[in-house]
Amino acid sequence: MTLTSIIFAGILTYLTRMTMIALISRDMLGDKIKAVLEYVPSAVFPAIIFPGIFINDFGIFIEMNDPKIFGALVAVIVGYFSKNIIATISAGLVSYWFLIFVVFN
Amino acid sequence: MLSKKQLFTRGMFDISPHMLSVIPFGIICGAIGVELGFHPYLVYAMSFIIFGGASQIVFLQLLSGGASSLVAVASVGIINSRHLLYGAVLSEYLEKLSFIKKLLISYVVVDQGFAESNKFFKKNRSEEFLHYHLIGTGCTMWVCWQIATLSGIVLGSFVPDELGLKFAIPLTFIAIVVRDLKKLDHVIVMITCGLSSLLFFDAPFKSYIIISPIIALFVAALLLRLKK
Repeated sequence: MTLTSIIFAGILTYLTRMTMIALISRDMLGDKIKAVLEYVPSAVFPAIIFPGIFINDFGIFIEMNDPKIFGALVAVIVGYFSKNIIATISAGLVSYWFLIFVVFN
Repeated sequence: MLSKKQLFTRGMFDISPHMLSVIPFGIICGAIGVELGFHPYLVYAMSFIIFGGASQIVFLQLLSGGASSLVAVASVGIINSRHLLYGAVLSEYLEKLSFIKKLLISYVVVDQGFAESNKFFKKNRSEEFLHYHLIGTGCTMWVCWQIATLSGIVLGSFVPDELGLKFAIPLTFIAIVVRDLKKLDHVIVMITCGLSSLLFFDAPFKSYIIISPIIALFVAALLLRLKK
């Protein structure tokens, strides 16, 4: 039963991946749409970033002094200047850990 | 002109830093599935059949919370519908491929792979075997995801909960979008998307994850019109 659902979920997910790549040809997208599509990364990823920072595991808004906000800010600053993915992730995690294990402990 | 192998390796190289967040997250996903009481084979089957990060956790949480399978399946479809946008962007670079190759390559399109390959594609439009970069990012992601979720399933959550490693996921995406922070139009689009995602967070079927990009793309279209 669960396996059937997993297979359906898998087919649906595959369709979301395949549809635009395999069934749409370049000519079907006008220049205007292509110009808007340039913004896809900036228009999609914040929908993963913001809830990941500001909403906790129970679906509740965090306090404004939550260590995650500080960690995210450090990551943005380090990422902006270093342009390095590992540095960005580590800086965010380390500053977050520093707050939860050292400061708030 | 780079060879297929060089492009594949470049793709592997470009996505590998993201494994710092993907691997702990995969371990957590595998462990949660088993903790929720699902058969280990089923939990692993999801990594192979769905191959979609957070959507796998949501699926199991919904089922174990008593939601119908229809709701769980629909939620996975909606969470993953953002791939439609990635596909629309990538189609420009993949159009020369045969239909079969397009069908195969589609299976490995994931968030981070899309982000890194798209960045590479924009700079190297003239390369003949461009798609090997996408295969490189996708396959690296696939292998790491399988290993990570499997180890979470077999070993349990050996990553301590207190470390809060789920936080690495927003960080990995910060590392992706931070490149565009110096462009004001991109910043406006990002903030629109981020605020919309918080505003619509409680919308049914986790649909905030596709509603907010659509709103943000409308704003992008408006900005383009203003620029002219």
